[in-house]
Amino acid sequence: MPDLAIIIPSVLNGITTGALYALVALGLTLIYGVLHIINFAHGALLMLGLYAVYYLKARFGIDPYLALLIVPPAMFALGYALQRGIIGRASHGRDENILLVTLGLAIVIENLSLFFFRSDTRIIDTPYSFETVEILGAFLPLPKVVAFAGAIVTAALLWLVMARTDLGRAIRAVAKEKKGTALVGIDTDHVYAMSYGLGIACLGVAACLLLPSYYVNPQVGHGFVLIAFTIVVLGGMGSFVGALIGGFVIGVVEAMGGLFLGESLGQIGIFAIFILVLIFRPTGLLGHRV
Amino acid sequence: MLEVAGLRGGYGAVEVLRGVDIDIARGEIVALLGSNGVGKTTFAALLSGLLPCRGGTIRFAGHDITRLGARRIVELGLIQVPEGRHIFPNLTVRENLELGAYRRGKPNRAANIARVGETFPRLAERFDQKAGTLSGGEQQMLAIGRGMMAEPELLILDEPSIGLSPLLVEEMFALIRQLNEAGLTILLVEQNVLQSLEIADRAFVMENGEIRLSGKAAAMLDDPELQRSYLGLV
Repeated sequence: MPDLAIIIPSVLNGITTGALYALVALGLTLIYGVLHIINFAHGALLMLGLYAVYYLKARFGIDPYLALLIVPPAMFALGYALQRGIIGRASHGRDENILLVTLGLAIVIENLSLFFFRSDTRIIDTPYSFETVEILGAFLPLPKVVAFAGAIVTAALLWLVMARTDLGRAIRAVAKEKKGTALVGIDTDHVYAMSYGLGIACLGVAACLLLPSYYVNPQVGHGFVLIAFTIVVLGGMGSFVGALIGGFVIGVVEAMGGLFLGESLGQIGIFAIFILVLIFRPTGLLGHRV
Repeated sequence: MLEVAGLRGGYGAVEVLRGVDIDIARGEIVALLGSNGVGKTTFAALLSGLLPCRGGTIRFAGHDITRLGARRIVELGLIQVPEGRHIFPNLTVRENLELGAYRRGKPNRAANIARVGETFPRLAERFDQKAGTLSGGEQQMLAIGRGMMAEPELLILDEPSIGLSPLLVEEMFALIRQLNEAGLTILLVEQNVLQSLEIADRAFVMENGEIRLSGKAAAMLDDPELQRSYLGLV
């Protein structure tokens, strides 16, 4: 049994990673809640966001944290345009079509990335990449602490938008009652596109917070989508708080798995949880029966 | 205020409405009557821009709205309270009302919410409750309240009495008359012929996607053909 001096840093590490997972999962659960589909393009779009952050730094010397002012709005615009111009148009209002369109988008984006960016794995160098912060006697990488704070702030902002603005009310209304929303004069296509845009903007934030302590290559999104999907199922499909809690749980489980079972088996705990949730609580921790 | 001429519309290969003419003057209650499946709800969907018109024209408050989408039609003040309520079950009662003023009536939103609360005290007690937990009658009140939030010029009520207990049906018709007396023009789409004719100024009877009879409501109550086919009197 490893002592606390090893377990505490590992848990803290898991929590910081979990915050980023939660951010990716928040976008996924928002899109799921409104469009009722799993956005298969989520990983590919996260990868695009990471490349955007990478090139802003490599070509223009823009710090990833400064890129928070550029990348999330750009990703929002991209998401809005994708939903309005391609996904909504090509799916003719049928959920299973939307699913396939997002899968097709993922394939196109990944292959275009392989062509333009090559398959090399890239990292960026920042002055703070290797700085650490001491918390409870554990030394955590500064970028991970920043990522944790950034993820919490983003989740809080998203919650405010959803709970307190007309846009948020319209998004929640469209999710359950399309005819009613049309009858109060809400432009449902616009609201769908705003939801997708917000979900993708979360990926933009995640990309800026992630790259200082991570890498990018054209396949980088795969692992995140699988984990984010697990988190969404764990937290309850469409539940915001569930996605946050789920993110932390998965982050800690992964870190603990790595500690006790070794790096190569570390993720086994995540999928064990996934299967257990599906068996014993298929609606997730905070999900409702549909 | 509303002039509909030769309106046609339907779904896919099915033509539901085959040339409908209806007019409504400001301040009236006009009843559109007919049994299930004759095209009344399709007519309401065409007026609200939820379904494209296949022919004919709709003029509302001086505008040609035949080709307008739902959003523009709401902006002009033609508001529908649909059959089956279609309230937002996952939002609170207050949020439902707030969204009622999404496109129109926003400046007076707070005052209008208070007004809806006065009209429906039972809703006022449940402002912070999720709308999906309301009873059927309360949901119908909420649907009407949400419609009122948009400060309608013309309110279409599609089957407001459906699924309500006889006592609540009485209340509903009294409320419709009360809203009208306060100045609201109403198109009442109903299967409940007798009670509708009692509060309406004029009525149209639809059959098979066409208007079969029309006239003053009081006179129609005495119409032998209507009595035979709709009121079950001989």
